[in-house]
Amino acid sequence: MADNMEKKGKIQKSVILTIFICLSVAGFFISIGNGAVKISPREIIDAIVLQEETVNYQIIWNVRLPRTITASLVGTCLALSGCILQGVMRNPLASPNIIGVSSGAGLMTLIVLIVFPDYYYLAPIGAFVGAITATLFIYFLAWREGVATTRLILAGVAISSLLGAGNNAIITFYPDKVSGVIGFMVGGLSSISWKHVDMILPYAIAGMILILLVSDKLNILMLGDEVATGLGLNVEGTRFLFIIISSMLAGAAVSVVGLLGFVGLIVPHITRLFIGSDYRYLLPATIFTGSAVVVFCDTLARVMFAPLEIPVGIIMSALGAPFFLYLLRRKKEY
Amino acid sequence: MDLKVEGLNVCYGSKMILRDMSFNIKRGEVATVIGPNGSGKSTLIKSISRYLKPVSGNIYLDNVNINQINTKEIAKNLAVLPQVKNVSSDISVEELVSYGRYPHLKFGKRLGKTDKEIIEWALEKTGLVEMKDRYVVTLSGGERQRAWIAMSLAQKPKILLLDEPTTFLDICYQLETLELIRQLNETLEITVVMVLHDLNQAARYSDNMLVIHEGKLLEYGEPCKIVNKGLLKNIFKIEADIYEDKINNCPYFIPKKVTA
Repeated sequence: MADNMEKKGKIQKSVILTIFICLSVAGFFISIGNGAVKISPREIIDAIVLQEETVNYQIIWNVRLPRTITASLVGTCLALSGCILQGVMRNPLASPNIIGVSSGAGLMTLIVLIVFPDYYYLAPIGAFVGAITATLFIYFLAWREGVATTRLILAGVAISSLLGAGNNAIITFYPDKVSGVIGFMVGGLSSISWKHVDMILPYAIAGMILILLVSDKLNILMLGDEVATGLGLNVEGTRFLFIIISSMLAGAAVSVVGLLGFVGLIVPHITRLFIGSDYRYLLPATIFTGSAVVVFCDTLARVMFAPLEIPVGIIMSALGAPFFLYLLRRKKEY
Repeated sequence: MDLKVEGLNVCYGSKMILRDMSFNIKRGEVATVIGPNGSGKSTLIKSISRYLKPVSGNIYLDNVNINQINTKEIAKNLAVLPQVKNVSSDISVEELVSYGRYPHLKFGKRLGKTDKEIIEWALEKTGLVEMKDRYVVTLSGGERQRAWIAMSLAQKPKILLLDEPTTFLDICYQLETLELIRQLNETLEITVVMVLHDLNQAARYSDNMLVIHEGKLLEYGEPCKIVNKGLLKNIFKIEADIYEDKINNCPYFIPKKVTA
């Protein structure tokens, strides 16, 4: 990143941001246009704007649109959540999956969906509670006169596997309700409908607005706790607020799509590589890159082995795991 | 701005680090805290900068208890340069300096014209105008320290706290940094409280020295009164010959051996 000595200007950053926005819009059309039936962008716009009752209209409105919107929101939520966590914990390997936020959210979601299926609409709140409890618990475990990164990650791994055992226990106790659970464990977007959009949308929008309002605080926090305190930032309070926001975002995503890995880890990294680590640009950019990555991967998941569809989580892991290892090898400080 | 510390007790975990510390630093003074390793020098700076919460005791800025002032308001008058700092690899000097305006910005507001003028001024005062577009991580040790000092200056502080500003720097950068601090103190009348390891440098660049030993304030006074054979032997465990630097009008010593 520091290969060239001169900084990226505001104009350059704005151009990159615009490209990301275009990418996510393109992803939207490609995702809706591809599948068992190919639909041209022209027809997509017609179907959305004119709303004529054609076959394509049915496919777009009932199947592809809710799915694409959900994929986009899930990508945004997970990527933002990871981006915030990497900043707050000042650790490039922090992400909702690795530090146990996702498994906390996942366990609570499973409990709601399998044990109390009538209350499915409470799943995001359950996931949020699970995510925040897991995060705070891990944070508390790692705390010893400050949070050392290694302790945090190790505590996260331990809590993650403990919660994973909880997930498996529930699946074992309720074998009759397991259909669809496999998709949940790896993260999948099949059988998504408007009900899912309604579940995730309020949390996604609230999270985005909140985080964009306080993005400058994340820049200050990056300078280190002592410097930030000296600049008049309430460090503990701010960090807590960020953890709440990132848990809310991750929780909302997990409640809809399941344990979709690597989005929260790799998307912030790729975005940072292009636009730099100033959070006033990084966070808005992550909204669009997160959306684009998951929408593209989900399209791949539908089209690659058509008519067979594979969970998007498999594609994400296949791309994400090598990237994670690449990060690990490339930079010494990790 | 005056800084007053009254009956300060600070713990780290269950260990008592500072005991019943009281002193008064006058406006425009350069006061340097000295003491052996583990005596509580950094803890004192961290407590004044409100990073560590004291068990008891009070800190006053111009006779106002800092507990009664909003932390952002304090940051408009009191700037801190700790030892542990972090900067991302793609943050430019100018961006780093702009963070010094944070306490002055209202919620959601961006940098205004005055802010930009102050950032420019801070870059000028620290001789960094030509390097303002460079990434901080590509600078030399001395330049980097100047960039951090520029960030503190952009806060427009009346008091500047520095925790070992010369540590890990080559000798030329050490002098460069201390000269800059002294110059800022003289031209801008900023009160400076800093921790230094090198006693000769402390004597050379301070108006007053605070000697801390085992968490207690032993002595507080001008360098010529503080630096003597007894102090060096009892507190710092060395035998030394003491001379007078007539040009800079301060004492200096040459260590001879470690006392048993």
